Amino acid sequence: MIELRNIHKSYGKLEVLRGIDLTFDQKGRIAAILGPNGSGKTTLIKSILGMVLPDKGEILLDGRSIRKQWAYRDGISYLPQIARFPENLTVLELIAMIKDLRGGHVEDERLIQLFDLQPHLNKRLGNLSGGTKQKVNLVLAFMYDCPVVILDEPTAGLDPLAMIHLRELLREAREQGKTILLSTHIMSFVEEMADEVVFLLEGNIRFRGSIRQLKTEYREENVERAIARILQGGERGRAKSREHGAEGIGHGAEGAALSGVEGHSEPETPRLHLN
Amino acid sequence: MLKIMKYTLSDLLRSRWGLLYLGFFLLLTLSLLWLSGDVSKVVISLMNVVLILCPLIAVMFGVMYFYNSREFTELLLAQPIRRSDIFWGQYLGLALSLSISLLLGVGLPFLLYGLFGSTEIWNFFVLITTGVFLSFIFSGLAFYIALRNDNRIRGFGLAILVWLFFAVIYDGIFLLSLILLRDYPLEYYSMVATMFNPIDLSRILILLKLDISALMGYTGAVFRKFLGTGLGTALAFTALLLWVVLPAWSIRRLALRKDF
Amino acid sequence: MTLRVSILLLLLGWAFAGAAATIEVCAGCKVKTITEAIQQATAGDIVLIKSGFYAEGNIVVDKPLTLRGEGYPVLDGRMTEEALTITADSVTVEGLKIQNSGHNQLKDLAAIRVQRRKDYIIRNNILFNSFFGIYLEYAGAGIVEGNTIIGKAESEMNAGNAIHAWYVNNLTVRNNHLSGHRDGIYFEFVSDSHIHDNRSTGNVRYGLHFMFSNDDAYYCNIFDQNGAGVAVMFSKRITMTDNLFEHNWGRAAYGLLLKEITDADILRNHFTDNTLGIMLEGAARIRYENNVFKSNGWALQISGGCEDNHFTRNNFLNNALDLVVNGRANNNSFDGNYWSEYNGYDLDRNGNGDVPHRPVKLYSYILTQAPEAIVLLRSFFIDLLNFSEKISPALTPDNVLDNRPLMQPVS
Repeated sequence: MIELRNIHKSYGKLEVLRGIDLTFDQKGRIAAILGPNGSGKTTLIKSILGMVLPDKGEILLDGRSIRKQWAYRDGISYLPQIARFPENLTVLELIAMIKDLRGGHVEDERLIQLFDLQPHLNKRLGNLSGGTKQKVNLVLAFMYDCPVVILDEPTAGLDPLAMIHLRELLREAREQGKTILLSTHIMSFVEEMADEVVFLLEGNIRFRGSIRQLKTEYREENVERAIARILQGGERGRAKSREHGAEGIGHGAEGAALSGVEGHSEPETPRLHLN
Repeated sequence: MLKIMKYTLSDLLRSRWGLLYLGFFLLLTLSLLWLSGDVSKVVISLMNVVLILCPLIAVMFGVMYFYNSREFTELLLAQPIRRSDIFWGQYLGLALSLSISLLLGVGLPFLLYGLFGSTEIWNFFVLITTGVFLSFIFSGLAFYIALRNDNRIRGFGLAILVWLFFAVIYDGIFLLSLILLRDYPLEYYSMVATMFNPIDLSRILILLKLDISALMGYTGAVFRKFLGTGLGTALAFTALLLWVVLPAWSIRRLALRKDF
Repeated sequence: MTLRVSILLLLLGWAFAGAAATIEVCAGCKVKTITEAIQQATAGDIVLIKSGFYAEGNIVVDKPLTLRGEGYPVLDGRMTEEALTITADSVTVEGLKIQNSGHNQLKDLAAIRVQRRKDYIIRNNILFNSFFGIYLEYAGAGIVEGNTIIGKAESEMNAGNAIHAWYVNNLTVRNNHLSGHRDGIYFEFVSDSHIHDNRSTGNVRYGLHFMFSNDDAYYCNIFDQNGAGVAVMFSKRITMTDNLFEHNWGRAAYGLLLKEITDADILRNHFTDNTLGIMLEGAARIRYENNVFKSNGWALQISGGCEDNHFTRNNFLNNALDLVVNGRANNNSFDGNYWSEYNGYDLDRNGNGDVPHRPVKLYSYILTQAPEAIVLLRSFFIDLLNFSEKISPALTPDNVLDNRPLMQPVS
């Protein structure tokens, strides 16, 4: 169970997260964290991993605070956004290194086979293409059997075949009852894979609910359009009071309170960069 | 920490820059030994190179390595590893790889010339020791700079500035102050001023081996007390050690507070 | 004819020696004290002193005798008396151990004193904890050799010299080991004398000290770890060859101090690890050839009033600074020396660098202004300063040059 309580984070004057309350307590579900660029998705993910230290608030994993802790990461599989590795190491060495650092049981060989990485194993990481690097990245993320899986842009640079394997891996993880968080820009992928959606906009949660709820609330047939509607809604809701909106969302995890859309009080027009 | 150090070390030792650095020292020492048979002269020439180059390379290479390995660092940060272990591991790996290059680059030619039986071994030993100290100190400073500045250009600029300051500017200001204040007793002042610059400290340590006769002249009782006895050497080494510890400790402090 | 005279002389000598009696002195002998033995002896006798302890106060040798120790008998001055005073010509003193002779600032007490006499031989004695060791005054020709003279001097004020010569001529001092005194050897108004193969080490002031002494020579000596190696002051025609000046460290410490001296030759000496190799003050008409200056703080310092000092074929090896010139450079010259600092080239392959060498650095000028700047020795900043000064000399004399610097050291 992951629990975020009133998480605030700003970089200098830039407020990235403005009081996020979020709980993922159901196992075997895939939650997609969506939002335009700069909405705080990666910051949120990194906060859970302890890479970003929140200014305020607390993050609990299975009821225990992660503040100043590190061993809890043993229970998290993480796929970082851009896969850049030490250029002079070979793929095999990198995998061996992570295995060496973490220890425990791993499934690297099956994954290497799955992503067809054998021909690249003895190549230096610096010589690999972006897609191949992402495959290596995926191997590193999935080779440990962890109860929590967090993927930041897992689809970046993948070819269709690898995408299929990624979907298989995700389904498998869901069946194993893992808690899965992922961020992506590909809405079809969300529609196909995600059980629920968390939509971030300017450091607030604008929507939280299942795909079905999303479509229903916004009366759209697909996720992409529904998301676009959230953003438009944000425009319209500008005049209304902030507290009302923010409160409404945070605790309505199941109910998908849409009034939250009205909480937006910033003058800038948020731009949507999907894809 | 040791594991991360090991990986950083093997990564760096095989890197183009690491090999270049090693090759440079090999070539330099070999050609110096070949051109002039006089070993004390070679040690003096090497001293200038070590005092200037080790800090420069360490600080620039350190900043570069930190920025270049940022994504790798993030990969490590997501692993169940203590933060301070990651940065100390990388810092130690970097400093060690530079030290190893120095040791091999200077040591192998000396070995080849069979100089380890001679009295020059102590000069060589002091030279290498201070070189290693400088590598550690300036790698630490580099990490400190890079941790504080996410902007690479700014980081590199600061790194060069730090080097320039300790290698040249500091001594310039120091000398100027000595000349301006020459009517006052300056012995303690100049001893203390030396302590605040690791490059000066290292130089003094080497001079204590090579040029003790000069240091003992024209100077008063304080100098002779500090430099003429083991006290000076012990004090200088302690100060150097502090110079290693301080950045290393700051790295930890910064690393624990930093977002990635 | 000559042969016959020689044989005659030899026979005469034999007869004379045969006439000389030997008087044994020991606790169990008939003669129990040295004083008694000397009283009984006649000119030319040998007083043979057996191993033992003799504290007889001041012993005066007033006849031409040989005092010979067997197994180093100990003569103890009880810190109050002068052990041995020689007031006759042709006295030989050998094989004695003289200790604790009196220390007295006013009387300048010594272990062995020779007064106004000649043809003395002081040989193979051990003098320990004396104020002055051997004190020669108004003496003629004589030999001091093979003695070991060890004092306990801690400061200049409370110590005498190991070998002290005052108004002496034709003296030979050789193969002695001198330490722990004010000066190892002190010559004042001493002429036509030779000092060689001595080792003078760990003396508070100088290893060897000349004052107002002319026409002397010292060679093949070792002077190390003294306050300063050798001081030659107010003297003329002193020849200094093949000596080793080593490890003379400290403020105003030098291998060799030349003060107000003229017409000397300084050849084939080694100056190693001294704070200052040679200090010249008012030195004139001196040749310096084939000397080696190695790893000194300063190889040479030339102060005011020095003229006609000519340096050729010397090796300057890895000194922190080769030369300091205070005041005017005058007509002192450097020609054809090897400077390890020299980084010129020799395109015509004649063994001499094609670019003149400037041994005076800006840094040495800075040091005279701010001595503490010594801690910046060999720093990058100082190198930069020296380099810019070399390109356009502003503060250093531009006429101090070696126009023919050697490319290889003189062997």
